[in-house]
Amino acid sequence: MDAAAPKPKENMGEPLPRIDGRLKVTGQAHYPADLPTANIAYGALATSSIAKGKVTKLRLDDARAVPGLLDIVTYGDMDKLEKPKFGNSGATSIGPLHDRRIFHDGQIVALAVAETFEAAEEAAQLIRAEYEEEKPTATFDSPGTATIPAAGRSPLFKEDVKAGDFDAAYAAAAVKIDQRYSTPTQHHNPIELFSTTAYWQGEQLVVHEPSQNVTGWKVELARQLKIDPAKVRIVSPFIGGAFGSKGPMTPRTAIVAIAAKRLGRPVRCVTSRMQAFGTQTYRAETRHRIRIGAGKDGRITAFAHEGWEVTSRPDPYVVGGTSATGRMYDYGSVLTHVSLVQADRNTPGYMRSPPETPYVYALENAMDEMAVALGMDPIEFRRINEPKTEPIGKKPFSSRSLIQCYDQAAAAFGWAKRDPEVGAMRDGDWLVGMGCATAIYPTAVAPCAARVRLTVDGDVRLQCGSHEIGTGVRTVAGQMASERLGVSIDRISVEMGDSSLPPAPVSGGSISTASVCSAVLKACDAIRTKLYAAATAEGGPLAGSRNAEFELVDGKIMAKSGASAKVEDVLKAMQVGAIEEYAEFAPKGATPEALKKLYAGKPEFHGGDQDEDSVKYAFGAEFVEVHINRYTREIRVPRIVGAFAAGRIMNTRTARSQLMGGMIWGIGQALHEATEIDRRYARYVNRDLQDYLVPVNADIKDLQVILVPEVDHAVNPAGVKGLGELGNVGTAAAVASAVYHATGKRIRDLPIRIEQLLV
Amino acid sequence: MRPFVYEQPADVSTAVAIASRFTTNDDQPTRANAQFIAGGTNLADYMKLGVADPNRLLDLNKLKEQELRHIHVTNEGGIRFGALARMGEAADHAEVKRRYPVIADSLRLAASGQIRNMASLAGNVLQRTRCEYFRETSWACNKRVPGSGCAAMEGFNRQHAILGASDACIATYHGDFAQALIALDAVVHAEGSRGARKIVFAKLHRQPGDTPHIETDLAADEIITAIEVPAIPWARRSLYLKIRDRESYAFALASAAVALDLDGETVREARIALGGVATVPWRAGAAEQSLQGKKLDEASAEATAEAAFAQAQPRRHNAFKMELGKRTLVRALLETRDMKV
Repeated sequence: MDAAAPKPKENMGEPLPRIDGRLKVTGQAHYPADLPTANIAYGALATSSIAKGKVTKLRLDDARAVPGLLDIVTYGDMDKLEKPKFGNSGATSIGPLHDRRIFHDGQIVALAVAETFEAAEEAAQLIRAEYEEEKPTATFDSPGTATIPAAGRSPLFKEDVKAGDFDAAYAAAAVKIDQRYSTPTQHHNPIELFSTTAYWQGEQLVVHEPSQNVTGWKVELARQLKIDPAKVRIVSPFIGGAFGSKGPMTPRTAIVAIAAKRLGRPVRCVTSRMQAFGTQTYRAETRHRIRIGAGKDGRITAFAHEGWEVTSRPDPYVVGGTSATGRMYDYGSVLTHVSLVQADRNTPGYMRSPPETPYVYALENAMDEMAVALGMDPIEFRRINEPKTEPIGKKPFSSRSLIQCYDQAAAAFGWAKRDPEVGAMRDGDWLVGMGCATAIYPTAVAPCAARVRLTVDGDVRLQCGSHEIGTGVRTVAGQMASERLGVSIDRISVEMGDSSLPPAPVSGGSISTASVCSAVLKACDAIRTKLYAAATAEGGPLAGSRNAEFELVDGKIMAKSGASAKVEDVLKAMQVGAIEEYAEFAPKGATPEALKKLYAGKPEFHGGDQDEDSVKYAFGAEFVEVHINRYTREIRVPRIVGAFAAGRIMNTRTARSQLMGGMIWGIGQALHEATEIDRRYARYVNRDLQDYLVPVNADIKDLQVILVPEVDHAVNPAGVKGLGELGNVGTAAAVASAVYHATGKRIRDLPIRIEQLLV
Repeated sequence: MRPFVYEQPADVSTAVAIASRFTTNDDQPTRANAQFIAGGTNLADYMKLGVADPNRLLDLNKLKEQELRHIHVTNEGGIRFGALARMGEAADHAEVKRRYPVIADSLRLAASGQIRNMASLAGNVLQRTRCEYFRETSWACNKRVPGSGCAAMEGFNRQHAILGASDACIATYHGDFAQALIALDAVVHAEGSRGARKIVFAKLHRQPGDTPHIETDLAADEIITAIEVPAIPWARRSLYLKIRDRESYAFALASAAVALDLDGETVREARIALGGVATVPWRAGAAEQSLQGKKLDEASAEATAEAAFAQAQPRRHNAFKMELGKRTLVRALLETRDMKV
C-alpha cells in the first residue's frame, strides 16, 4: 500500500491495479484511430473562418489538383440523409453539409479525402470558401443575443426549483450579500484527438471512434444514414480522455461514413487540435447572481441563484446547476432561475460535472463571502446550515457525509493553524491564504446489460457495452465479478466499448460504476444461483446444504456448514463447459419502457433529485493553500486536501486517481483554463495547448485525497455513488477563498489571473 | 502540409551553398524557399500549421564541424556556445551556471525538458512569435502576409507587446535566452555566401516598424555558427525572473534578466533586459543608466522600473503588463542584489 493505492477502509474494495494498465503504458492498447485497418484513405476537414453568414462558393480546384486526392465531400453530398439531432446522442442539430448557412466559427465546409494524411491536409487547406458574411454575436453583452428561460428546454432541466418566500425572507435578513460571478468557455482538450474511421462491409457499417456512448451513436448514426441500427457498429475499446466531449456524436461521423461509402474503402479522419475547438462541444460560459440572507447566528433564511448561460442559436443546451445548489444547505427559502443566452456559437455540451462545476463554484464562493460577512469560520457556517432534509422537496438524503468530510479534511490540512485575519499569514515574500469549499455531485444510475461467462477452466469473460474513458470501469467491473464468482482478477477478461456488446448507458453523469457493477452483480448472482442449485441437487457434491448461505472462494463453493465443492466439479456434474448469464439491470423506479429505451440508446437516469423516497448525492470537502508573491502576484498552490464520501468504493486506487485528477482540474479551472473569444468575429483565439493552459506537473505539489467511509444501500444494488465528477466541484471556490484570505481581494470571475491581483 | 525536399548538408559551406542556390539576396530567412532546420521545435510546428512554407529544408544536424556542438570557456574568460548545442546542455553546463546564472536560468525556465533536449541554441534565439493571430492562417497578419493587416491590434491581445510595437504589429518575442544574451552584450557569429561576420546580439532582431515580416538581420543563406558572451566577472550576480500563468511550460507574461556590479549596496553597473513585454529581445538601457551610481533599494528599483517602461504602449488586454513588468523588474533587481555570490 502506498499513496496511490490507499488501504481500504470500511466498505471499500482492494486497490487492484488497472487490468488494462500494462497495455496502456506499453503502447499495446489500441485507441480507435490506432486500430489496424487495411487499405485506408485519409480525410481532413476544411472549416469556416467566419461565424455567421452563408457559403456562396467553394473553390475546390486547387484542392483537387493535389496529388493523391481521392474525393471531396461537401454541400449536396448529404442531401438525401437526415440532419443530426441535438440530444444525448447528438452534439448539435446543425448539419454542416446539409446547409450552406454558417452558424459558428470553425464549422465544417468539406472533407478532403486522399491517399495520405499529408495530402488530405494539404487539400483541405487549399479549399477556399467565399462567404456572404454577417456580423456575428459572440457572447454575453454582444449585440444580437437573445435571452430565453431555460426551464423545460431540456429533459434534464425541467424547472427552476424554489421553496418558501425568498423575497420576504431576504428582505428581513439581518446579514446579506448580493454578488455576481462568472466562469469562462472551456474546451475539454482530451489528449487523444477526435477521430472517425469508417468502413463498409457490404451493407454493414463499422465506425472506430472514441465514444462514451456506443449504443446511442449506433442508433443516431443509423437514423442519419437512414439504415437499420443493426447495420451499424461503433467500436471504441479505449478512449484517451473524454470528460464529456465524446458523449454526444458530432456531424463528422456521418460525413466520414459517407466518404467511405463513396470510395468503397476505409476512411480515417483525425481532427486537428485547432479544429476540435469548433467541431466539438465545450463548456458554456456562465454568469451568476447569488443572494444569501442570514440571521446573525449564521442560519441562512434566504437563498437565490440566478444563472445565465451561452448556447448556440439552434440548440438549447442547458447547464442548469440550480437543482444541486438549491439543495445544498438548509436555506429556509430558495429562489432560482436559469436563462439561456443565444449567440452565434457552436452548441456547448457536457464537460466533467457539467451543471455543478460552474454553479457550485458560484455558490461556494458566495458562501465564503457570507461567512466573512458574518465574521464566522467558513466550516462552522456550513455546519450551522447542514440540512436534515433537502429544502426543495423536503426529502431526506439517502446518505450525506459532508460534515465528516469537512472534519477529516480540516484535520489533515491543519485548518486550526489558520489565522482567520486576511493577509496575516506570510512566508517570506509570499502571502499565504487558506480556503475551503464543498463538493457535491448527484448520484444517478441507469439501466444496463451485461453478459458473464464462467468456464469449467475457471476463466471469466465479462462483456458490457460501457466505455473505458480512463476511469477504471473495466477494472472495477472485473473486480465485481471476481468478488462474486471467487475467481482471481487475472482470470477475468473484460470486453467493453463496442455496440455489439450488451448495451450500457452513456458513460456520463458518473453513472458507469453503479450501473455496470449492478448489471455485473446481477449476472454473477444468476451464475451463483445455477451453480448452487446444481451443487445442492440430489446427488450433487453439496446435497443437503440447501438454502444455506455460501460463498464462492478460489474456485470453490464454500457452504456455511464447512462443506465445499469445486466449481469445476459442479460444472462437470452439470455436463456443461460454461455457464453464461445475460443480465439486464433496471434501477428502482424504472419505467416499464426503461430497458427498451436502453437498447434504443436513450437510457433513463434515476437517482439524484429524481427519486420519490430520497435525494441522492455524493459529497466532499476541499481545502487549498495558496502562495501569492507580494510583488508579482503569481498564484501557486503548494497544498490541496480533499475528503470525499461516495458510498461503496470499488477500488481505492482508481477512486483516488479519479478524485485526484478532478482536484487538479479544479486548480486549472481556478487559475488557468479559459477559451478566449475574439468578440468582433465570434471566433476562438487560443485554439491549442500552447495558449489554452491546463496545470502541468510543476503546478501540483502536495495533494492528498481522503476516502471517507460511507454505506448507502438506497442508491443502487452495488451501493456505489459515482465519484468521477466529484473531485473538480468546489475546487475553484476553495482557491478563490484562499486568494481572498491571502490578499483581501475577492475574485469572482474565473480564471483568477495575475492581472486581477495587481490592481 | 505540402511536400518538401529534405537535405542534410555535410558541412557549413555546403549548407550555405545550397541555401544560396535556392534563395536570393532579397529573401527573408523566414519566407525563403530554402530554410534551415535544427531542433525543429518551432519550424516543424509552423509548417504543419501552414504558417511556414519552405519547399526545401536543410537539416543542420549532420554538419561535421564539431565546434558547432561545443560549449566552452574562451581564452578571455567568456563563453562560446556552438549554435547546435541544445538548450538543455547549456542550462546544465557547470561553467554557464557558475559564470552567468542569468543564462542558465533563462534556459531552465523555458519550454519543457523534452523541448530543451531538442531545440538548438541558435534556433532558440531565432524562434518566431507565438501570437495567436500569426499562428492561425485565417487571421489577418502583417508578419505572415505583409499588408494583410493585424487582427491582434484590436483583438484579444493579452500576450502582446507593450514595448517596441508599431501600427503594423504588436506580436511579442517570446524567447527567454535572448534576454540574457542581450543583457550580457553577446555577439553572434554567422556564415553566409558573403563570408563570415559577427553581429552584435542587440542588432540581430529587428523591431517590426512597417515591415514586421523582416524579423532579423540575417540573410536567407546565413547560418549562425556560434554565440559568444564576453567575460563579465561580476555577472555571477545575475538572474532571470520569469512570471507566467503557470509554474512551467508557459511563455513569460513578463520577465527580467538582470546582472549587477555592486560596490557594497551601490550599483557600479547594471544590465537589464525585459522579456514577455516587447516585440524583440529588449535591453532597457535608460533603466540601466538611471540605476548607475545609486544605492539599490526598493525605491531606486521602482524608479528604475518606471524608466524601463516609460515608453510602453498598453492595449486593451495587455495593459496589466505595465504594472507586472515593473514589479517583475523590481523583484528581479532586489533578488539579484541579495544573491550570495
